[in-house]
Amino acid sequence: MKLGLVVDLDTCVGCHACATACKQWNTSGTIGPLSDEQPYGKDPSGSWLNRVHSYEVGDSPHSKTVNIPMSCMHCETADCVTVCPTGASYKREEDGIVLIDQDKCMGCNLCSWACPYGAREIDPNSGTMKKCTLCVDRIYDEQLPEAERQPACVLTCPTSSRVFGDFDDPNSEVSRLTRERAGQQLMPELGYNPVNTYLPPRIPKQQDSIAVSPLQGVKQLVNRIINR
Amino acid sequence: MHPAFSVLIFTVTSGAGYGLLAWLGAGQLLGFTQAYTVSQQLVIGVMAMLLVSIGLVSSTMHLTNPKNAWRSFSRFRTSWLSREAVFAVLLYPIAGLYAAAIFWQWSSIGVLAGLSMIMALSTLFTTSMIYASLKTIRQWNTPMVPALFMAYALISGGLLFLALSGFFGALSSQLLAVMIGLIMITLALKLVYFFWQGKPQGATIQTATGFSQANVRLLDAGHSAPTFLNREFGYQVAADQLLRLRIAMTLVAFILPLGLVYWVFGGAARVEVLALAWLIMMAGLLLERWLFFAEARHVVRLYQGDQRT
Repeated sequence: MKLGLVVDLDTCVGCHACATACKQWNTSGTIGPLSDEQPYGKDPSGSWLNRVHSYEVGDSPHSKTVNIPMSCMHCETADCVTVCPTGASYKREEDGIVLIDQDKCMGCNLCSWACPYGAREIDPNSGTMKKCTLCVDRIYDEQLPEAERQPACVLTCPTSSRVFGDFDDPNSEVSRLTRERAGQQLMPELGYNPVNTYLPPRIPKQQDSIAVSPLQGVKQLVNRIINR
Repeated sequence: MHPAFSVLIFTVTSGAGYGLLAWLGAGQLLGFTQAYTVSQQLVIGVMAMLLVSIGLVSSTMHLTNPKNAWRSFSRFRTSWLSREAVFAVLLYPIAGLYAAAIFWQWSSIGVLAGLSMIMALSTLFTTSMIYASLKTIRQWNTPMVPALFMAYALISGGLLFLALSGFFGALSSQLLAVMIGLIMITLALKLVYFFWQGKPQGATIQTATGFSQANVRLLDAGHSAPTFLNREFGYQVAADQLLRLRIAMTLVAFILPLGLVYWVFGGAARVEVLALAWLIMMAGLLLERWLFFAEARHVVRLYQGDQRT
């Protein structure tokens, strides 16, 4: 299995619900708590596993706002795992999820240096590195109804821009979406082979000019002149 | 990259220590330590290991969860940081045996001297590869980084070796000439590095977002206050200040010590000038290491507003 996410950049509205749902679930999850510095102060800061960046793509007036939510890409060539000196950072063989053993991490920051996507953040309280778990404590939980065995960010997304699934299965929804919508990896040139895939915004269909008969054409012309 | 002071101290002082040990080992193998008494050789060796130890202790200061530091020996098959930890610790018994060989004048002293030299240089290499192996920082991901780290260690350790030799009254003009050549080569390497670093290349905001055909600008980074990522990777130095710092670094780390060594080489200056030259060079190398971090631009900055790295 190669579990990961597909994020639709066409429908993401940048509401940050995925980021807050992630924080809410994971702060009491297997790697929790995700602590904060001055949560009620002037400059609240803390460890988040998912962050949404908003971009202006193209030049005004033909520009478009695109929101790119970013969490761990669960890369196939995960340098964050190979650089880890303590063995705290690891990639699961069975489903490809990259995780951090909180009991082994010494907080040297090297994995965050090796990650191009900013997916790893040090917890200011525990001093250990925290990252997206792909909600490993949800997706395999048989106590939950089957429809809810998905990452918190996917369940909460109001526009269903996030889809969770197995990229190794060519018939899964994530594979189908990637195929049909020309899904892309971010920064592919670095060679990390990120699993998470982003669907580029759809190109708006050109409005076909409606065919008009010669008589209607004359009518339209007359109407336009009268309106003047 | 945020220049963490503990890491600057670590790489500069332990570099000088490993360099000094390498010079002592080379001196044994090439025969130029014969001019030194046993206690003088031991003083050099202890000095080297002292510098190395100060550096290693300093390196643990930047860990945020140091109680797990002992685990860092476990992944030496993949991690350069783990290899560094293993090599750094392995060096101690070997250097200890070398010291014993000097003290009791064992016949195996040549083997132990060579082994100490190789271990010191290997540890240096593992330290530099921690930086050079990161594909995310193009300023570091180059074979020039290990070459430069070795060169810095050899000139800073070498100058200390010469300064100590001066105090022992065993200074040779040939070694001074070698030193002058090494500093010039290191300076040339550093200038090549600066030249190469100035060329725009690597990931851009286009490849980072996947919109390769359009101008892309960050509207909102998604957080209201600086995060761990901003603090760690968002370090920014003004361009004009950068140029001044580069010039200052070149002067303090290379030109000034070079002049002082040449002055001693000419015979016009007292040997104590070499100690002064070493202190100046160490200050310059600290500035060099600060620049090494401050100028390194991690690709995650593309998600925080930078257009290119």
